[in-house]
Amino acid sequence: MIIIGWLSDVCLLLGGFLVLTGAVGLLRLPDFFTRLHAASVTETLGAVLLIIGIMLDTGLMLDTAKLILLICVMFIANPTITHGLCRAAAHGGIKPAMETKSPMQNSTPSDSKNIYENQIQTETGVSGKAPK
Amino acid sequence: MIANLELVIDICLLAFLIMIVFASIKITDLFAVTMLFGIFSFVSALLFLDLDAVDVAFTEAAVGAGFTTVLMLSALRLTTRFENVKHRHSLLGLPIVILTGAALLYGVADFPNMGDANAPIHHHLAPDFIRLTQQKIDIPNIVTAVLASFRGYDTFGETVVIFSAGAAVLMLLGMGHVERKQEPEKNLILWVVVKPMIALILIFGLYVQFHGDFGAGGGFQAGVIFASGFILYSLVFGETYARKVIPATILPRLSALGVLIYGVTGLMSLISNKPFLDYNALSSNPVGGQHLGILLVEAGVGLAVFSTILLIYYSFSGREVIHYE
Repeated sequence: MIIIGWLSDVCLLLGGFLVLTGAVGLLRLPDFFTRLHAASVTETLGAVLLIIGIMLDTGLMLDTAKLILLICVMFIANPTITHGLCRAAAHGGIKPAMETKSPMQNSTPSDSKNIYENQIQTETGVSGKAPK
Repeated sequence: MIANLELVIDICLLAFLIMIVFASIKITDLFAVTMLFGIFSFVSALLFLDLDAVDVAFTEAAVGAGFTTVLMLSALRLTTRFENVKHRHSLLGLPIVILTGAALLYGVADFPNMGDANAPIHHHLAPDFIRLTQQKIDIPNIVTAVLASFRGYDTFGETVVIFSAGAAVLMLLGMGHVERKQEPEKNLILWVVVKPMIALILIFGLYVQFHGDFGAGGGFQAGVIFASGFILYSLVFGETYARKVIPATILPRLSALGVLIYGVTGLMSLISNKPFLDYNALSSNPVGGQHLGILLVEAGVGLAVFSTILLIYYSFSGREVIHYE
């Protein structure tokens, strides 16, 4: 029983932390897509962890089954809503903020390239030309 | 401690409401304002929940945040996205607003405190309702007992109002045509996810409908939830298919049928020499009669609300888009 109480506390704390992270991300990140990422990813898990924490705290009853159903719905609906929002934003012409001076590339400001493109290049090993 | 926490939550929610109101006055992007209205409804639903008015919170979330937002968006489709009005600041408005606000605050001073046990409302009818619900109707949810049995006349009136609202929209806007409209783009993720979600929404609607005697819910909420399942289908798969599932022509009839079920339930008690809408006459056992009456009446309300909501949605979304400059 004590272990379940501890688990519940851990779930609640972790969930609260994730929701807080989502809020900070929503305020601090540069453009729509990254903000959406912060809000949806952390808060889907955060809310689910909070519900699990409450479930462990209250014990087994009929409400537990309803909460499990709620978790299922949230796990399906939340990412879908994010997907829909993202598509709508892309359709509406919102561009991701790509022009960033990233500390990862040690390049001069005039040379600052598209960070996103650079990442793709390093991942695929292709830099303009196909490797022979 | 708990009481203080509730007070803090109330103050936060009310502050949110005020901020949303100011934001929606200032913002000229009508799409954003529509979203703000949805948020406003959600926050008020939370406020009702905090006041332990679960049934009201339920209705506010389903109607205010769910259906009204969709309706506003489909109305927004017919006009421009940005407000075209220049904000003129008239100095005359300021004293009027201040005077009205002062008068309202003066009136509030006469109100009993929130949760005051000596307030008139807790002495006049509420004790009778609580006592008689246990004695004569015997269902756990007193709100449903008050709504469907004690104040059945009022609810009948409300159902007729909903029916007439649907009829008025139908007469003004018509059913619209769907052939000219563009279908939504095919999106596999939405298709796959929305199908089981619709099944869940419809089952939940039925649960709310028939569980209204025991928990929060009832015909009004269930009708909106059931209709929102079909609206979701229409939004994702296209209105042509939605109109194949539920043809537009059947909706006015269903709406009238809902009111008719309610009225006939009342008339049946009239036939057996009891007052209109006295459900005791419906069965040999008075409590059983009450249960049956509430079930029938709620079914009528649910049917009327469902078909009216879907009717209004069809009327709005079936309108032809006129492109402004």
